[in-house]
Amino acid sequence: MELTLRGTPVVPGEARGLALVAEMPLSFWGGYDPQTGEIIDQRHPLAGEMAAGRVLVIPAGRGSCSGSGVLLEAIAYQTAPAAIITSRLDPIIGLGCVLGDELHQQSPPLILVSEADWAQIAMDDDVSIAANGTVTVRKPG
Amino acid sequence: MLAGELGPATQLAASILCRMAPIYGATALLPVTRAHIDGVIYTGNAGLRFAEHLADLGARVAIPTTLNVGSVDRERWREIGQAPEFASSARRLGEAYLRMGAQPTFTCAPYQHGHVPAFGEQIAWSESNAVAYANSVLGARTNRYGDYLDICCAITARVPAAGLHLDENRLATCLVSLRGVPERLQLRDDFYPVLGYALGARVPGETPAIAGLSVQPGSDQLKAVAAGAASSGDVALFHLIGITPEAPTLEAAFGGSSPRRTLDLTLADLRETRDILSSATGDAVDVVAFGSPHCSLAECRRLAALTQGRRAANGVQVFITTSRAVRDLLPKNGDLADLEAFGAEVTADTCIVVAPLVKPGARVLMTNSAKYAHYGPGLLGVGSVFGSMEECVESAVRGRVVRDDGAWN
Repeated sequence: MELTLRGTPVVPGEARGLALVAEMPLSFWGGYDPQTGEIIDQRHPLAGEMAAGRVLVIPAGRGSCSGSGVLLEAIAYQTAPAAIITSRLDPIIGLGCVLGDELHQQSPPLILVSEADWAQIAMDDDVSIAANGTVTVRKPG
Repeated sequence: MLAGELGPATQLAASILCRMAPIYGATALLPVTRAHIDGVIYTGNAGLRFAEHLADLGARVAIPTTLNVGSVDRERWREIGQAPEFASSARRLGEAYLRMGAQPTFTCAPYQHGHVPAFGEQIAWSESNAVAYANSVLGARTNRYGDYLDICCAITARVPAAGLHLDENRLATCLVSLRGVPERLQLRDDFYPVLGYALGARVPGETPAIAGLSVQPGSDQLKAVAAGAASSGDVALFHLIGITPEAPTLEAAFGGSSPRRTLDLTLADLRETRDILSSATGDAVDVVAFGSPHCSLAECRRLAALTQGRRAANGVQVFITTSRAVRDLLPKNGDLADLEAFGAEVTADTCIVVAPLVKPGARVLMTNSAKYAHYGPGLLGVGSVFGSMEECVESAVRGRVVRDDGAWN
């Protein structure tokens, strides 16, 4: 089964990866190891998951203002998610992506979708992002 | 600025600022009179390169600018066991911001350490707890500005004209009513970090107003609410009805409208939150830490009184993390001597979650800070135990967890 969702490209780009989904917001600082791309917030449902190269699907960020710095480090170390999809516009995550683009000419696309569309994406779905913000979700099986 | 007439540093800062403005929902910028820079926490080489690049381009802050907690004790890094290579990178990061004209405050609680924005003042602050405190307790106006946008705002003296800078976005959206929370619990210091942490997890994207507090919390307690709420959630502004300056009444907090959402916070909810903050099992303690956000002078003095004539158990590391401004005051009346005789390491400029200070192999961190309890497990690989200041001191002395659950029943 394939779904097409219309997202808003906050930071545009193309990407494809398997979805890593949680309903709990994530602070990149204290929650994401930029050396490895692992989620390290031990109280987060994705703790221990490798997010590098995955399409990270979270409602928004939370916590530290240093999240943008950690996301920039992850981009520089090539350990960032392939793309990030949120249902609320989070300025800290947005900033990390903008900094990657401005300073390293690379960033995971950051896509904003409606809450209803956000809820359609499940763990391990095969997700493609187009430059115009269209999100194509292929369900396994 | 964007055209480069003020030089390449201002041009780079303005270009990042202008790309961020629409993400904050702004179509214009507005002037700010004060900045606080979070980007001085060392998170890796990319951030160091950016800061040094700006400084090398000749960047200067255009407004009074304070620096957040950094990743090195600039005077005592050797004594507290910091690795030279890490300390050197962290120091270079601080120096880059000092070259740009920032003040060497190196604290995450600038509002308790001599840098207090005025009610209604438009500011560009980062550091999640400081953002929440400035907006909520002081009535200053800032959005959450992340690493490296903060310095761009300081250089340009501008922020996106959006969000909490504007009157219409400062009203409460969500009413949180305390139910059955006894006054004897509200009189305890350990109530406030738990209240903040419970709040943050429940109100994503909202501005909560809390009703039902029957005591008047002090600055340290309000600091703990701000830090807890900004750890478990993204709270940048909260109102305490009858206590914080933009919420003299329920009607004022909501601007005469009805809350979009209401929820209750019960004693059972708070007990559950206190348990969430305590991830460790068993009663062993390896590290006891105070000071996230940085301890105020009053907190350091209370700790000195509680520890006087006592001694932490062998093998238990005790950290009191504060600003240099406060640490420098502690020797005068013997407080520093008391704290050091207890076995505490009193660090300045830094703290245990932004610099590797905790001994390798430590398994359990006990703290009276929701923020330390929240970030410790992920950043330090420890289990956490949350307790009051008194319980933390007692646990450090006995070398095992001592907590009184009775107050929470």
